[in-house]
Order: sequence, then structure tokens, then C-alpha cells
Amino acid sequence: MRSVRILVGTRKGAFVLTSDGNREKWDISGPFFGGWSVYHMKGSPVDPNRIYGSVTNDWFGQIIQRSDDGGATWYQPGIPDGESAASPDGAPPGESNKFVYNTSAKTGKPLGTHQHYDGSQQPWAFKRVWHLEPSLTNPDTVYAGAEDAALFRTVDGGVSWHELPGLRGHASAAHWAPGAGGMCLHTILLNPEKPGRLYVAISSAGTFRSDDEGGTWKPINKGLHSDYIPDPAAEVGHCVHRIAMHAARPDVLFMQKHWDVMRSDDAGESWREVSGNLPSDFGFPIEVHAHEPETIYVVPIKSDSEHYPPEGKLRVYRSRTGGDEWEALTNGLPQKHCYVNILRDAMAVDTLDSCGVYFGTTGGQVYVSPDSGDHWMTIARDLPAVLSIEVQTL
Amino acid sequence: MMIRVVLPAHLRGLAKVGSEISLDVREPVTLGTVLDAVESQYPALCGTIRDHVTRKRRPLVRFFANGADYSHQPADAAIPDAVITGDEPFIILGAIAGG
Repeated sequence: MRSVRILVGTRKGAFVLTSDGNREKWDISGPFFGGWSVYHMKGSPVDPNRIYGSVTNDWFGQIIQRSDDGGATWYQPGIPDGESAASPDGAPPGESNKFVYNTSAKTGKPLGTHQHYDGSQQPWAFKRVWHLEPSLTNPDTVYAGAEDAALFRTVDGGVSWHELPGLRGHASAAHWAPGAGGMCLHTILLNPEKPGRLYVAISSAGTFRSDDEGGTWKPINKGLHSDYIPDPAAEVGHCVHRIAMHAARPDVLFMQKHWDVMRSDDAGESWREVSGNLPSDFGFPIEVHAHEPETIYVVPIKSDSEHYPPEGKLRVYRSRTGGDEWEALTNGLPQKHCYVNILRDAMAVDTLDSCGVYFGTTGGQVYVSPDSGDHWMTIARDLPAVLSIEVQTL
Repeated sequence: MMIRVVLPAHLRGLAKVGSEISLDVREPVTLGTVLDAVESQYPALCGTIRDHVTRKRRPLVRFFANGADYSHQPADAAIPDAVITGDEPFIILGAIAGG
């Protein structure tokens, strides 16, 4: 029987939940990295036991952790345990924690500035890694989305990281601004059909596409409308909360924006709103069913200032038509006095025949539906605030 | 010189050590050479105390030696004799903030 492993990043550590394919009984291990915020963990598609984690806090900065045994044990890539030595492959020690913007005249761009909340210009400053996206083909290659917004990549299993400076060097970068959570690059999608094609999303800049493995980038925000910026239809400046894609149809993208749920059928060249009958089109995560590319999920949140479900009812909304028409999924979810939030990276699906849907809340609950959202179970109730969920089908 | 260094809880976990470590620090023993020794012997801590590039103290990290605040001292600041002799530890602390 196949099994499922959930990687849960929380405000105060990481947890690994495992179950067999029935998804009824779960073992929970952790916390790993107790006291640290684990923004994201994700396993390699070609080596599921190879998992990368972004571990961070405001006091001591950014740490990259790696597991080669499915999350049972962890280490910092290239750093021998408690020894005074360079790493076995000769890399300088401590490089796995090092995220430095590329400022060389030859390969990078001058660091420059970006817009701050008050409209002033601020220099770029690295804060943390929000999202890790392992390569579809090479377990040693991983992309990292950073705050302040930039894309980094390792090709040596996390031992060292280097910026792909073409993104931050885009001519529009001076107009990018932070969202409430900071100016974060939070979504990275890799196109399985066109290996050089990547999509990223930044709050608050918008969505960008590269067709040359991250060398150059194009803003793809046509059709977005954001009343909270001076030019509501600007090329950049939109607060995109997350984008999602089905691997079988990588030119179709779905977006949960600050307000509005959107879709694109042309690899982001244009977008149209598909919020339809949602009770609120504000929210953070958006996810696509593993086997039905037109079935998508969102979790509506009341508003940009009231980050909890409308009416205190935790409802996942599912559309089987790629948007516009939505149904509330409530069976097993709290339908009164629920005031948690579900953050942008805290929803995922498995690939079992009966697709499982998972999400975590800022209240520390992890919910699973083993039947595409029809019924929900609470599989963890009292974790720290959940920042991210990834699911591995083993 | 063998210097005792007390680490904050977050960094103990990273370095996989207890609350206190002993380091052989080259002379002259200064704030900078103590921190160099910490990072050299425990490379997992590179970047957690000082910025990788600028070598500046991270804003929410504090240093204390024999009751004196060394957080704002230059890297070549001499360390008190009581720390050099091992009678007192050099303390690296996460600033109290938000708790």
C-alpha cells in the first residue's frame, strides 16, 4: 500500500506526519528545529527522501536544513557536525546559510532599491526564504524564493546558493513593494513540459515568467485589477498571494490574489476573474486537484483586515469548472466560532487515486480530506501556527 | 587561550552542543577573535551571530563579558581577563524582544 507524508512548517518548528494510504491514522514526529520558524519544506520529486527546509527567525537569520532520510534526521548541507573543518567537498563552511544578492557588474545588477510601504525607496535586504522548490529532475538543484524578493538556486544540494539576478534586475523592480508580510517571493512553479519555463509570484509585485531557466523575466499580470494601487491595472504592483498549476496543463494557471481569484489559459499572458459565487474572494492558498485539472480549491477569508473565515465558518470552496462556480465543503470543519487563517503555502494535495486535500491553520490544526474535499478530519489540533504544508505520496 | 562561551538556546540546537562551549582562541583575545573561533569550530553558526558579508552583529544579538555589554564594541575590543582566564564565560544572547 502506498503511504503519505506531510511536511508541516510552523511558527515554532517542523513536524512530519505519516500515514498509510487510508489516511485515517497518523503518526506525528517533531518538533524539529524547535523555536525556529519553518517557512517551508519540500521533498525532491526524484528522491522523496531528500527534503529541504527553510528555517529562520528574526534573531539568528536564515538556515537551510536538509534531510536525506525522509525527515527523520536533518543537517545543514556542507557543514560537518560540531567539527572545525571545511565541508567534505571543499566548499567554505557555513555557505548553506548564505543568501547574498548578486551585485557583480558582469553577472548581476546593481543592488538598487525598491518601493517601501510609504512610497520611499529602500535598498534590497535579505530577510528569509519563504519557499523552496526542488528541481523536477535533479535532487541537488533547488530554487529558493526570498524576502526581499529574489530567486536563488543551489545546484549542489544546498551547500551554496546563488541569486538568479535577472528577476530582481527587471526594469520594474524599483516599483515593487512589500505586502503586509514583507516583499516576499512566495511561489515558484516549474513547467514540466518546458524545462526552461518558470513562474514566480511576489507580494506585492505580481507574477513573472521566465522561458530561459530564470535568466530573463517578463511580468505576466495583464487582466489583474487591484483597486489598492495607484494604477489598478499596472504592469506590476499587484499583491498576488499564490498561484497554482496542474502538471498536465502547465499553461493553465490559477491565482488567489489579495482580492479576486483569477485564471489564465495562456501561460499568464492574460488573466480573467473566476471568483464567481465565493462568499469572499480574499484568501491566501489556491490548489489544484491531482487528477482533475479543472478542480480547484480556495479558502475564503473575510477581508484584508479580518484574516478569518466569513461568519466564523471554516469552509473550503471547490470549483469543478476551473472557477466561477464554487461549492462550500464543510463536512468535518468547524462551522461556528472559527477565526483562524490559512496561509498561502499551507494547502496541498496528494496523488493517491482518491485525491487527498490538506491544509493547516494559524490555530495549529491540520485537516485532511481523503476524498477530494467531501469529508474532513482533524489530524493535528494543537500545533504552533502552521506556515506551510507539503504532501508527499510515497 | 581556552575561552568559555555561553550560547542562546536557538544556537545550541544548531551547533548540537550544550549551553556552554570551550574554544581555543588565538591571542590577542578580542571580541572579533572570539567570534571567529565560534564560527570556525561551529560552522553551522556562520551567519547566525554576524552577517555573512559585512561581519556586523545581527541586530537582535547581544554580547556580554564579565558583566559588561560588548554588543556595540568594535571587533578589536579586548576581552576582560576574567573571561580569558576562564573564570567567567563570554555570553552570546538573543535580545529580549516581543515576549
